[in-house]
Amino acid sequence: MATNGAYSPFELARQLAWSRRDFLRRAAGVALGSSLLPPGLFARTGVPVSKRKVVVITFGGGARDQETFAPEGQENIPHLMRELIPQSAFFTQVVNRGILGHYVATASLATGVYETINNFASLPPEHPTVFEYFRKDLKRPASDAWVVAPSNGFNRIGESSHRSYGPGLGAKVILPKHLLTAATSGSSTDYEHLLRDNYETPFYTPELGGSEFELQQLGNMLKLSVDDFKAHALTLSSPDELSVYIVRQLMRQVAPSLLWITMHDIDIAHAGAYSLYIDGIRRTDRLCADIWKTIQSEPEYAGKTTLFILPDFGRDSDDDSGGNGFQHHRTGDALSRTTWMMALGAGVREGVVFDRPMDSTDLVPTLGSILGFSASLAQGKPIPELL
Amino acid sequence: MLPSDLKPEQFNGYPPEARKLVSGYVAALRRLPLSFLPSLLREAIEYDFKFPAERRAIEKELSNLDSLSAGQLSDWMQGFAQIRISSQLEHSDWINAPAQFVEQLSSYLWTTHQLDAFRVAAVAYADRLRGVIPPEKPPVPRLGITIVGRGVTASDTPLFRKLRPHGAYFKAVKPDNGMQLLLNVVAARAKAHPIPYAHWYIDGGQSAVYDPALTAVSYHALEPVRAVLSAKIRAEIERPGMGPENLRTVLAQLRPADLGLAKTGDAVLDRFQVKMLTEGSGTQIFSTTFAQWTAREALRRAQPLTLLVRFAPRQRQKPMNEMLSSSREVAELDPLGSLIDADMGAYYNWLNLQRLPGAEQSSFLVWFEGHNEAIAIGPSLPRGTESTAVTGLEQLLNWAS
Repeated sequence: MATNGAYSPFELARQLAWSRRDFLRRAAGVALGSSLLPPGLFARTGVPVSKRKVVVITFGGGARDQETFAPEGQENIPHLMRELIPQSAFFTQVVNRGILGHYVATASLATGVYETINNFASLPPEHPTVFEYFRKDLKRPASDAWVVAPSNGFNRIGESSHRSYGPGLGAKVILPKHLLTAATSGSSTDYEHLLRDNYETPFYTPELGGSEFELQQLGNMLKLSVDDFKAHALTLSSPDELSVYIVRQLMRQVAPSLLWITMHDIDIAHAGAYSLYIDGIRRTDRLCADIWKTIQSEPEYAGKTTLFILPDFGRDSDDDSGGNGFQHHRTGDALSRTTWMMALGAGVREGVVFDRPMDSTDLVPTLGSILGFSASLAQGKPIPELL
Repeated sequence: MLPSDLKPEQFNGYPPEARKLVSGYVAALRRLPLSFLPSLLREAIEYDFKFPAERRAIEKELSNLDSLSAGQLSDWMQGFAQIRISSQLEHSDWINAPAQFVEQLSSYLWTTHQLDAFRVAAVAYADRLRGVIPPEKPPVPRLGITIVGRGVTASDTPLFRKLRPHGAYFKAVKPDNGMQLLLNVVAARAKAHPIPYAHWYIDGGQSAVYDPALTAVSYHALEPVRAVLSAKIRAEIERPGMGPENLRTVLAQLRPADLGLAKTGDAVLDRFQVKMLTEGSGTQIFSTTFAQWTAREALRRAQPLTLLVRFAPRQRQKPMNEMLSSSREVAELDPLGSLIDADMGAYYNWLNLQRLPGAEQSSFLVWFEGHNEAIAIGPSLPRGTESTAVTGLEQLLNWAS
């Protein structure tokens, strides 16, 4: 196993954050932020707590700096670099100290606790999710919290098994691929490019349980006929594009206050084909910008929505002989644990970069502070730079 | 069961040479913590099917552990001794199924937040081992050759961007008869230094005619094996209750004969090839992944003196289950995407070559097959330079060595 000289994982993570900051300052013109910001930034937007909305985009399968923020990688993320980062508060050192599997890591992001559930089983998180805090504390209806996820393995992400929360208090979960399979009765070969399996475990599709969105609700809630859905799907090229199409419908027809989207196209990296991994990064970059544009153009969201974008974790570095570079996230090295987050929109100071370390579990308490609920069982802390 | 309870007869299920090896060190093994020992046994149980370099490494490691005093061993194992192990793991058959134990241990370490501590212990142990057992210097400087871009007629993709800072980039290489020329160079080295498994030719497509002195692996030659494997995977995933972890265990237990490889073949190489397909991710479906991963494992395990890797076009991306299907339809290829895959694969081949002893003397060449672009890296070549001089591939190899 290779060692990186005398550097500890902490030092490596810090160096990574600094280089990420420098790339951003040079390429996107953002300034170094300080935690000594004027207080009550969000309050100054004039948006009352009850009207605030949050959209969270997570990537299941991060991308490394050399393919994104470093000079040689910036060509792959033109939308993030030129459009989103200049408008965002960017956190360069978000450390995931939990299990680096996509389902369990996303569950950790959604609960604010490092979950230890089996990554490959159809299980709910053990701790209350952000959706349950939001709905129970604020007495919001089921239609106000939604998850759109690409993998059938994410069907239980919407609500936990916690005895004080759990069934009936979580988010509605839409699995667009599952919907498409149902819409086509699993028979058409025209949609196979949109039904790609979980790249981390390509042979395995868990049976669905939990409260996944039912096909007939396409028409009832999303005002979308099965035929229209099928026709539009034919114009798309990837599972994440299908997800974003559903997200737009959801924002227009239901306008939930808390919307969580996970994307997985980048995770084709597990198959070891570098060109496909790069294609996934470029597509994700474009789709993030598309969602931001939708937020700005939809009356229900414009001016009162905060968007968070973050990978669930990183990928292995080329320097660690225990891994195989971009392909996996198995070594647990600093690069695979240290990722980033950007926040933009209502209540966010634009064009600043923060390089202090924070935990990925800090997201949920921060969402609580923005939306007005208490994530009482979360391990993380609210991010002061966003409050 | 704990290591302190070990008895020689408990290794009766091991292959003959592995049994003989391990039986000679039972006293040393009894002194090791359970968080460490199965990792060692995972290597030892495969001893009969290991490459010579791996065999020597296992022998030396066991000998070193045997030579340590109680105090020294305690010091060496300090990090591992602090790892907590579940009783379920303790009661598993870690003697006869050490690989499964290690897999379950990995999962346990993640869930109990002990992975970082284990990682620190493992790195410290490896560093220490390298200190007392210096890596073997190669008898001749190593040579790595990677050929990319087969089937690409024209490309705007800037190549070798990651490698250029480390060597000299040539833009007017004479491509004539290049593949044959490079195969001849590799064969000549194999004849000059006839060491088992020291000279490899890995092809991501169909092999060219090669000298039998070479250890050769090709994606095309393994097509029947891949078909049998895909059928087994499909059958397994249709079984109720089969999850990814179970499937991985099933795949790890497959042997060459299970996949139709003849019993008369090279048992060591056959086992290696099966591992490429059952343990590699994506190797079953993408030839570029197969070529890169096979090169990585050949370098890591066999530590060859010579390695020639030729990438070939992979199939175009389709849904995973479809790519794993047994369809006999001719797959649509993606030459340009494969060129990008291979360019990164060439960089990884160089990185993995650099991890071997004697790296400072090794030389490396990447050539865009049939075209005029190549990069050469070697102790006597300037770094980060470009040349437009008309040059032959043989000349580049001479300069690089």
